Amino acid sequence: MRYLPLTDSDRQEMLSVIGAASVDDLFVDVPVEARLSGAIAGLPDHASEMAVERHMAKLARQNLSAGEAPFFLGAGAYRHHVPASVDHLIQRGEFLTAYTPYQPEIAQGTLQVLFEFQTQVARLLGCDVANASMYDGSTACWEAIGMARRITRRGKALLSSGLHPHYVSVAQTMAKFTGDVLVHETPRLDAATDVDALIAAIDKDTSCVVVQYPDILGRIADLALLAHAAHEAGALLVAVVTEPLALGAIAAPGHMGADIVVGEGQSLGVGLQFGGPYLGLFGCKQKYVRQMPGRLCGETMDAAGQRGFVLTLSTREQHIRREKATSNICTNSGLCALAFSIHMTLLGEKGLRELAMLNHGLAVQAADRLAQVPGIKLLNNAFFNEFTLVLSRDARDIVRNLADKGVLGGVSLGRLFPDAPGIGNGLVVAVTEMVTTQDVETLARALEEELA
Amino acid sequence: MTMFKEGRPTAPQAVAQEHMSPATVTGNRALMLEEPLIFEIGSPATTGVDFAEAPKIASRLGNLARQDAIGLPGLSEQETVRHYTRLSRQNYAIDLGLFPLGSCTMKHNPRLNEKVARMAGFADLHPLQPQSTTQGALAVIHELAQWLTTLTGMHSVAMSPKAGAHGELCGLLCIRAALEARGDARSVVLVPESAHGTNPATAAFCGYKVEDIPATPDGRVDLEALKTRLGPDVAAVMITNPNTCGLFERDMKTISDAVHAVGAFVYCDGANFNAIVGRVRPGDLGVDAMHINLHKTFSTPHGGGGPGSGPVVLSEALAPFAPLPFVEKQGDRFVLVEEETVEDHHGDSFGRMVAFHGQMGMFTRALAYILSHGADGLRQVSGDAVLNANYILRSLADVLDAPFGQSGPCMHEALFSDKGLAEGFTTLDIAKGLIDEGFHPMTMYFPLVVHGAMLIEPTETESKAALDQFVMALRSLAGRAKAGDEALKGAPYHAPRRRLDETLAARKPVLVWNESDLAQAAE
Repeated sequence: MRYLPLTDSDRQEMLSVIGAASVDDLFVDVPVEARLSGAIAGLPDHASEMAVERHMAKLARQNLSAGEAPFFLGAGAYRHHVPASVDHLIQRGEFLTAYTPYQPEIAQGTLQVLFEFQTQVARLLGCDVANASMYDGSTACWEAIGMARRITRRGKALLSSGLHPHYVSVAQTMAKFTGDVLVHETPRLDAATDVDALIAAIDKDTSCVVVQYPDILGRIADLALLAHAAHEAGALLVAVVTEPLALGAIAAPGHMGADIVVGEGQSLGVGLQFGGPYLGLFGCKQKYVRQMPGRLCGETMDAAGQRGFVLTLSTREQHIRREKATSNICTNSGLCALAFSIHMTLLGEKGLRELAMLNHGLAVQAADRLAQVPGIKLLNNAFFNEFTLVLSRDARDIVRNLADKGVLGGVSLGRLFPDAPGIGNGLVVAVTEMVTTQDVETLARALEEELA
Repeated sequence: MTMFKEGRPTAPQAVAQEHMSPATVTGNRALMLEEPLIFEIGSPATTGVDFAEAPKIASRLGNLARQDAIGLPGLSEQETVRHYTRLSRQNYAIDLGLFPLGSCTMKHNPRLNEKVARMAGFADLHPLQPQSTTQGALAVIHELAQWLTTLTGMHSVAMSPKAGAHGELCGLLCIRAALEARGDARSVVLVPESAHGTNPATAAFCGYKVEDIPATPDGRVDLEALKTRLGPDVAAVMITNPNTCGLFERDMKTISDAVHAVGAFVYCDGANFNAIVGRVRPGDLGVDAMHINLHKTFSTPHGGGGPGSGPVVLSEALAPFAPLPFVEKQGDRFVLVEEETVEDHHGDSFGRMVAFHGQMGMFTRALAYILSHGADGLRQVSGDAVLNANYILRSLADVLDAPFGQSGPCMHEALFSDKGLAEGFTTLDIAKGLIDEGFHPMTMYFPLVVHGAMLIEPTETESKAALDQFVMALRSLAGRAKAGDEALKGAPYHAPRRRLDETLAARKPVLVWNESDLAQAAE
């Protein structure tokens, strides 16, 4: 067995030091009736590296990967080019095979990366501070709602109809157990967001308003008035960003008055990975830092007066506070945070802005081309790299039919909102730098055939 | 003196002792290179990525174009590679040596798993693609699920939780949903004092009052005290087995029967499953829910603090309440059951925990690992893990206090206390001394039931030679701490940093870089 270094003679020698006759004797505390006498029946025995690789490659080939087809899916997960050096660097064993940096003297690499990551995220989101990451955008969003409850001591959150439906689902699941009241409606096929409706709905029981930016239909709207209205009523504004690249082109939610900004960091450095592992971003105003969930890295000095970094403010966390912790979260998404941070460092401000405007430009061109197809209307007035097309019939079947033709043509609103009335004809289309003009043409022609 | 041509010396010359470790003008020490922050070396105008020119279009950003300088420095590709390579060398890692963190299972991370996870058919797949285009990925989830249920002897498994603590949450939410479904509101979850901090935090999150279960002097759950406490207000008992003292809970089945008799459920923290994988099925012991840390038992990399993955195996009683989405095999097709189709036959599901389907990148790695070992290899894994831990326990028991050394063989980890160290010497000193000796320290000050706890989990992927060197180092350090060697209190001396001031960090937190800090430092 290639991963196990002990030899049989090692085992015998060690057993004699221990004073046991066999390895099985070390399991004496397990009741006999619960001990299995041999390998579990019905499962295969060990396999060579080559055999395992062959088996996995066979399963991999049964998928249509994004790179094999014209590809237009977004809705919370975006396909961007990840520079080769990102994947090389995150595979360095010193990053890949390290643990949480609980011994800071020999974890300065991870800790300095987290400090840099926190700063990059805070600046991108327009926040004072950011944590060392959460599981993903949806869990970060729920944690933000809980944090707003702790700060305002109120239990009613208003969720925008433009919030990703899976994020809504996660919050609804958790709220069933915590007693939070969540006010939410499904979206309508309207060019304007629901900012005005949210402003009207804020009252003295509202803990926070949760709004996605750009929203699930790709729409963008100024959040400043919403922030102002929330603050007037003693509530917080939580902004959710599922495509952080957008913040290289459009104003940061923190600068428009959001108190907490959370997001999904997958689109930079991490890749699609069929939904995980991803990377929850979490930033807030300085005054709320002690109510923040998750790990935080902070600067300090060592005994010789040199700058160094440690995990800090752990009195918020479960391993110290146990049942009184701000969250039960234990891990962060360290390696994904590293990938995000490396990608951000490679881009820098110049690269980030260029990439963002490249995405926007390609998306505008694609939107205009697709809107020429008979039976298609473009919903959005404003958008970043994702927009909604309103088709002349239900989009679910069309997406499936396109897939059969080898075109991954977007995400239907029917899939995202199975119960919502009147929006089944909506198709959400994302256009990143990975999409070529030829891809857009292929999609336009395929849609033409479908809608003819 | 031996001289080569052009006057180049070919053998070292003697230098006085005081010159043996001179300061350098750069602060570097040969291969150990100091590395500034990107904010100190990068510039917003520098980039390591080239793009095609953006199309000339009138922007449609709704008058929201970002006007401010974001403040993100960039580096060229070469500088980026060097920055992170230098930083990486300030980390200890399993790839470098023994990493005996108790309850963390820091085993070797096979590189085949990395290769498999990066196959385009898995890595370049969108979670919302039509299911006709993701059959292979759904097959991976299904195949891994079958292994997990078979290895644990459980009915089914919820795959979507993102980490161990998230899995605990999933398990307790299933329990609460099951109780509510039968109209049985209960208020208390019992947790042993030795439990991981996540257990009480999770129970509290789910709205339960947390009460401690006392332990017996030999480090196990006090069965009689537990039975006395059990009643109609108890929703669940959370037990870690093997427990955090490194011992198997002998009475597990009796405990489960007693818990079930009062209508409550048994949650097992599966963090320590590595000790028994392939030898004991928790399902046979009456467990109703248990999370499995794929990043522990099944070798997916810890990555400096995640991502983890925490599937939860469930008993038949809890299975109907499992979260969405999940994978089912219908005929020869794999189907992802989501909100849309759930009403047909999974209407009791407590809902969704994450945006998509869980940690696919961890599933591929874990499945490659499991297939590599097979049923026979996994049994050898737990055998060697327990053998290595007992070897450590018996090799150190004469120099360090082993509070439960008489409680029978340990499982996958060996527990010691700070009893017997000289006045003023602590577990922390021994841990920092280990750093200088080239090892990652053990888990320290956990579990809380032992004073100055040192919890050592070597795992099965360490050779006898590695264990012998570790034992030698720890015996030396124990001797120094007992003899009151003051030098030990300054350790580590040879790490990239000396001991760091955590009090300073927490008192006035500096969590992000500010240019003004640099100006202040210069004054």
